Amino acid sequence: MITELAHFALILAFLVAIAQAIVPMLGAYLRNSSWMGVAEPAALAQFLLISFSFAVLTYAFVTSDFSLRLVVLNSHTAKPLLYKITGVWGNHEGSILLWVLILSLFGAAAAWFGGNLPPTLRARVLAVQGSIGAAFLAFILFTSNPFLRMARPPMNGEGLNPLLQDPGLAFHPPFLYLGYVGLSMSFSFAVAALIEGRVDAAWARWVRPWTLAAWVFLTIGIALGSWWAYYELGWGGFWFWDPVENASFMPWLIAAALLHCAIVVEKREALKSWTILLAILAFGFSLTGTFIVRSGVLTSVHAFANDPERGLFILMILGVFIGGALTLYAARAGAMEAKGVFALVSRESALVLNNILLAVAAFVVFVGTMWPLVAELLFDRKLSVGAPFFNAAFTPFIVALALIMPIGALLPWKRAKLARAMAPLWGVLVLAIATAALVWTMQTGRSVLGPVGVALAIWLVGGAMADLLQRSGRGLLIHRLGRMMRLPRADWGRALAHGGLGITMFGIAGLMAWESEEIRVAQIGETFEVAGYAITLNDVQRVQGPNFSSTRADMTVSRNGRQLARLKPEKRVYPVSQMPTTEAAIDSGFSRDIYLVIGDLQADGGWAVRTYVKPFTGWIWAGTILMALGGLFSLTDRRYRVAAGARRAKQPQSGVPAE
Amino acid sequence: MKRLILVLCLLAAPVFAVQPDEVLDDPAFEARARELSKGLRCPVCQSESIDESNAEIARDLRILVRERIVAGDSDEQAVAFIVDRYGEYVLLRPTFGGANLVLWVAGPLMLLGALGMGVVYLRKRGKARLPEALSEAEQARLREILEE
Repeated sequence: MITELAHFALILAFLVAIAQAIVPMLGAYLRNSSWMGVAEPAALAQFLLISFSFAVLTYAFVTSDFSLRLVVLNSHTAKPLLYKITGVWGNHEGSILLWVLILSLFGAAAAWFGGNLPPTLRARVLAVQGSIGAAFLAFILFTSNPFLRMARPPMNGEGLNPLLQDPGLAFHPPFLYLGYVGLSMSFSFAVAALIEGRVDAAWARWVRPWTLAAWVFLTIGIALGSWWAYYELGWGGFWFWDPVENASFMPWLIAAALLHCAIVVEKREALKSWTILLAILAFGFSLTGTFIVRSGVLTSVHAFANDPERGLFILMILGVFIGGALTLYAARAGAMEAKGVFALVSRESALVLNNILLAVAAFVVFVGTMWPLVAELLFDRKLSVGAPFFNAAFTPFIVALALIMPIGALLPWKRAKLARAMAPLWGVLVLAIATAALVWTMQTGRSVLGPVGVALAIWLVGGAMADLLQRSGRGLLIHRLGRMMRLPRADWGRALAHGGLGITMFGIAGLMAWESEEIRVAQIGETFEVAGYAITLNDVQRVQGPNFSSTRADMTVSRNGRQLARLKPEKRVYPVSQMPTTEAAIDSGFSRDIYLVIGDLQADGGWAVRTYVKPFTGWIWAGTILMALGGLFSLTDRRYRVAAGARRAKQPQSGVPAE
Repeated sequence: MKRLILVLCLLAAPVFAVQPDEVLDDPAFEARARELSKGLRCPVCQSESIDESNAEIARDLRILVRERIVAGDSDEQAVAFIVDRYGEYVLLRPTFGGANLVLWVAGPLMLLGALGMGVVYLRKRGKARLPEALSEAEQARLREILEE
């Protein structure tokens, strides 16, 4: 019964979303304030209705209601409670429902916090948001209904894919969706601004926090996914460049570009039409990502044929929204006259360069991801584009970006002297190059990746420190430290995020350049040595888990006779889905991870064992945490807490010539 | 969610990426085999090389690569041997030939284009402001004010 109510609530939400899309938009056009006023309650109602149906679906999973088809296909009574809950979005229908829930949450948030926005802009933003909601609710109702009943409910369900029964992956989709869908806010603001024909600093001050929040969520989501891949797939890779990963990486890159150029609009009222275009593209990439994942078109052409309806539907949504927005952009972008002027050497120019590099990097990922499809359709060639391509074609742009980053952060607005901006950085540069040279001489016959990573890391982290120190003024160090602590949070956010990127780069370079690996058969009780660590296989046992059976090894890692860790790598088999998973055991350290995997029993009674010593791997995720933290710092900057939208009435000042 | 497709590979067979019994005795040969394996795609997997994959066919391909190396093939010959049998699809790094050239030059070309556009834009912006400095009438007015 309650399930039918939830289904009905979803239909109602669809109707509300349609009203939210049409009435306020007309109201804004006719300057009719009561029509515009519809937007706010509609956004709230849509959110409440969708929350209700999501809560009901969750309840059905928790209570294992096997009269629901979705629960039968994706749950099992023996599953731990956590995975019963996360199972709600561990499937197509539920994950799209989560997508729409988050979309309506953002819409409701804009209605709640949007009191300071000009009324027509708010009405239009909420109307665009409502139309996206309507499109996706239609998608759910017509192609992916989560509330289908079973005529004959079975005694038990088929269980959730064991790979998804993991905390890392359980929370990976919600964060990614918060990011994807967060970009819909930037999109709605961009389209509303195009309809209004006006973009000013107040607009940018509104768009930037949404973009920043979306970017922070995407960062966390991507990091969780890659961390999961690292410990779960059993060989310690952290990034595969597969289409589904790229689908989340492209919006991340564009969102990074967008949140940088929104600063230029906010502070200097320049680059307006470019910012609008980026906002449209960022959400376009989010939709493309959803399309790639949901249609399975790049996973295999046949998966698309199996379910052409869903793929086509999302493709239509993508076409209508992005096509429509780009058409509007072509017609109206000319009206976005830039005010601020800047010289060739200035912070604005550095941010333009940042945008170019990020956009081109995203474009490279896009071309590489889509190329197999293009090649098959146009040239009848079945080919693959894998990690070696992306490593070669993508990396240069990011290295270039890292090179300009500390300089750009120190350049003043409008007009700058390169020599003055570089003054605090020379020391960092010398240190970076000297350390890289030292590393180069110490490692023999290995790749240049290690030294380059070290140099970039020092350059970025040192540059971020120099940036903060530079802003603390002159005088005694103690006074400067005090002033440094009182710097705006946006300054700290920038330094943290930029430094975090350096840390991540170092982790990646360290892992790729200096990893040691050994594959061997070990007898019980045998000790072997890998990269200076003595590893002993003490025992292997069969263990029974709640919904799996496991082969668990007991291993000791020691160095110079001192025991460092006792690790228990496992190989699990989930009987319900007949699927094995590897649970690597990792001893994480500051300078290295020791990564153990247990394999099959060999004919001679020994066990296959893989051992990796992975230097500095933890730094990859430490860096991403810093980046997300930087975003959060920036998000809580005083100007967003106090001034968001408050200065909307302020007339845009006239431009100040740079010359 | 995201990597659901990788499951397909794991479904194939409950074995383990590179098995101890595959490893060649000669470390130089083995190192070459590992390097080549990293560039070859497991035909039934999603973006996994045969070096990483647990699938049965990936194991067969790994053994095949090692056989070719032991038989005295050069790296290129060994890869060509696999590509002849399994198609271009197994190459994780696409060739430069034919239409693939587009794939490889797309990024650099776009960078050049974007840089060019950026510079033109900045130049134009700089110049556009110059005439605005002071018009004839403004000059006259300025002189008036100064003389007052």
